Amino acid sequence: MIGARILLESLKKEGIKVIFGYPGGQVLPIFDQLYDFDIKLILTRHEQGAAHAADGFSRATGKVGVCLATSGPGATNLVTGIATAYMDSIPMVAITGQVGTHLIGNDAFQEADVTGITRPITKHNFLVKDVKDLARTIAEAFYIASSGRPGPVLVDIPLDVQRADTEFIWPEKINIRSYQPTYSGHPGQIKKAAKLISQAKKPIIYAGGGVITSGADLELKELAGKIQAPVTTTFMGLGSFSGTDKLFLGMLGMHGTAYANHAVMESDLIIAVGARFDDRVTGRLDDFAPGAKVIHIDIDPSSISKNVRVDIPIVGDAKNILKQLIGEIKKLPDTAAWLKTVEAWKKKHPLTYKDDSAMIKPQYILQQLWELTKGDAIICTEVGQSQMWACQWYQYLTPRTFISSGGLGTMGFGFPAAMGAKIGFPKKEVFNIAGDGSIQMNIQELGTCVANKINVKVLIFNNGFLGMVRQWQELFYKKRYSYTPISSPDYVLLAQSYGAVGIRVTRKEEVRPALERAIKTENTVFIDFRIEPEENVYPMVPSGVAINKMIEGLA
Amino acid sequence: MRHTISVLVENKFGVLARVAGLFSARGYNIASLAVSETLDPTISYMTIVVDAQNEKILEQINKQLNKLIDVITVTDFTKKEHLDRELVLVKVDCLAKDKQALENLFNDYVGKIIQAKENTAIIEAIGDQEQIRALLGALDKFGVKELVRTGKLAISN
Repeated sequence: MIGARILLESLKKEGIKVIFGYPGGQVLPIFDQLYDFDIKLILTRHEQGAAHAADGFSRATGKVGVCLATSGPGATNLVTGIATAYMDSIPMVAITGQVGTHLIGNDAFQEADVTGITRPITKHNFLVKDVKDLARTIAEAFYIASSGRPGPVLVDIPLDVQRADTEFIWPEKINIRSYQPTYSGHPGQIKKAAKLISQAKKPIIYAGGGVITSGADLELKELAGKIQAPVTTTFMGLGSFSGTDKLFLGMLGMHGTAYANHAVMESDLIIAVGARFDDRVTGRLDDFAPGAKVIHIDIDPSSISKNVRVDIPIVGDAKNILKQLIGEIKKLPDTAAWLKTVEAWKKKHPLTYKDDSAMIKPQYILQQLWELTKGDAIICTEVGQSQMWACQWYQYLTPRTFISSGGLGTMGFGFPAAMGAKIGFPKKEVFNIAGDGSIQMNIQELGTCVANKINVKVLIFNNGFLGMVRQWQELFYKKRYSYTPISSPDYVLLAQSYGAVGIRVTRKEEVRPALERAIKTENTVFIDFRIEPEENVYPMVPSGVAINKMIEGLA
Repeated sequence: MRHTISVLVENKFGVLARVAGLFSARGYNIASLAVSETLDPTISYMTIVVDAQNEKILEQINKQLNKLIDVITVTDFTKKEHLDRELVLVKVDCLAKDKQALENLFNDYVGKIIQAKENTAIIEAIGDQEQIRALLGALDKFGVKELVRTGKLAISN
């Protein structure tokens, strides 16, 4: 069997039915095999779109997403997508063609040192120099991508390896001696954590993307209910805890709710689960939660005590550890007074906006979207203001319903990611919340959507600005709007020219009917919402200050 | 502070680049690095000497090294009993009249002359950090023309 075929047979063994990719000279044997193989390739219009689509597929389904590109520029176009997946710990396997082994290092046509380029942005990568190693390498790539703290793995396959012939031997079991992730938490540490929880008066649970990766949402709910602690999530953790639960405080950090930030700052115990105390969460580190002890549950030891000093680290899988922890807590903490305080913050500092303009407010669109879907949808986002509003003004009820580039903050992510999510869940309504800046970064994927009948609904919050940067310029650079006003094409005509549906909405009363129409439409829909141009995202913690020193905007 | 870390890794192409990349990406300088095969030819042994301003950075270095898929074990010798040695080769100016003085030096310092030419001598010395430092200090007066060193090797005891 030739290498190209071995690759596809290996993908099939891994349960892969759909991959995202783009052909080219150094992957011709693979594409030739794909021609009549029962794996479907979604031909994107740009390799970056393929990488984000594979990532979006993975975030929505929890399975490993696969993208495929040719050598050189094909592979380098994947780079942003791979880095995006890496920062958010998304399991993905990227396969790239490479020039023949005899040409590697010769500056051959379309040659790039892709394993070199992607080394710092992959969990691991491989250059396969012998076809006999190919099947095992693919198996290892999937194993590494999906185990421990997941992440993207790249496999670079030279052209001659794709053509070379060998027997296909699939390794049924993978054991890598140098890679043994820890799944079960240390019982002694769990006991200590339980004791600390029993003694706490003002505990708060701080949940991150690790809860979703681990599938620990039910355990999280059980723990919060048992100890009656309020729950805040990171951006990546949205959906790990029901957005309508009365213990839920929303997201914390730079654009988190004021009450979540106050609660964290005043707490005496932070139970961090699958979160990494990133700078957008902690604000000024020296001032972060001064009175709190910290229990930190994470599968990645390097996340622990990286930013915030941790009292009780527990390395392992969140689901396993939470289960044991729940069983270990004998005496329940009395949090009644604490919950009252938190409730008062909620009343005093609610999320709010002024709905006083003739212009459409972005928050209003999201409220209407919530009313229409009640959480039964997948919400993808681009990056910037629209993304932050989507975090604040829509309630995520279950894991994997919020899909957005967190760590890397990649503009142009949302649209192709929404395609990937829709491929994963064809019957679910999938929206992409976009700004007029971000949508223009991968707008070519309209072609992919229409050609493959991937009906995603793109809500463009069109304010004529690169809004988040403009907001910073307004607040910190004396309103000198340096290169943040940005023009747009006519999105209605653009959508139509691709064979999709375009709707323009300029008035508030048109918002809901437009959303309803989009949901009913069996096609990709672009809605061009002309929103208030200088609406800001509040609350906001300026960088370098404590997270309770936020600008509330409307207080 | 200087720290000595040993790392057992898979003996494959690209592994050194991964380890080195981890340091360079964070702006940490590697003071010395020695790599070689072990008794098991599939495993290589690296001794890395690194400057880390504080414990937290050292802890991160250890954890990040462990996170690399091809890294089998990481040992931080800072807190562990160990022996270390370094091999240096030094070329010094040495006229015939100074030859005896140079030879006498090795009564007090590690090393020996392995080649003597008309005006120069090459010295080989193996020792721990302190011994090598002392030797180099003593050789100063002869005029050191060239110095190459392997970097530290460390082994637990």
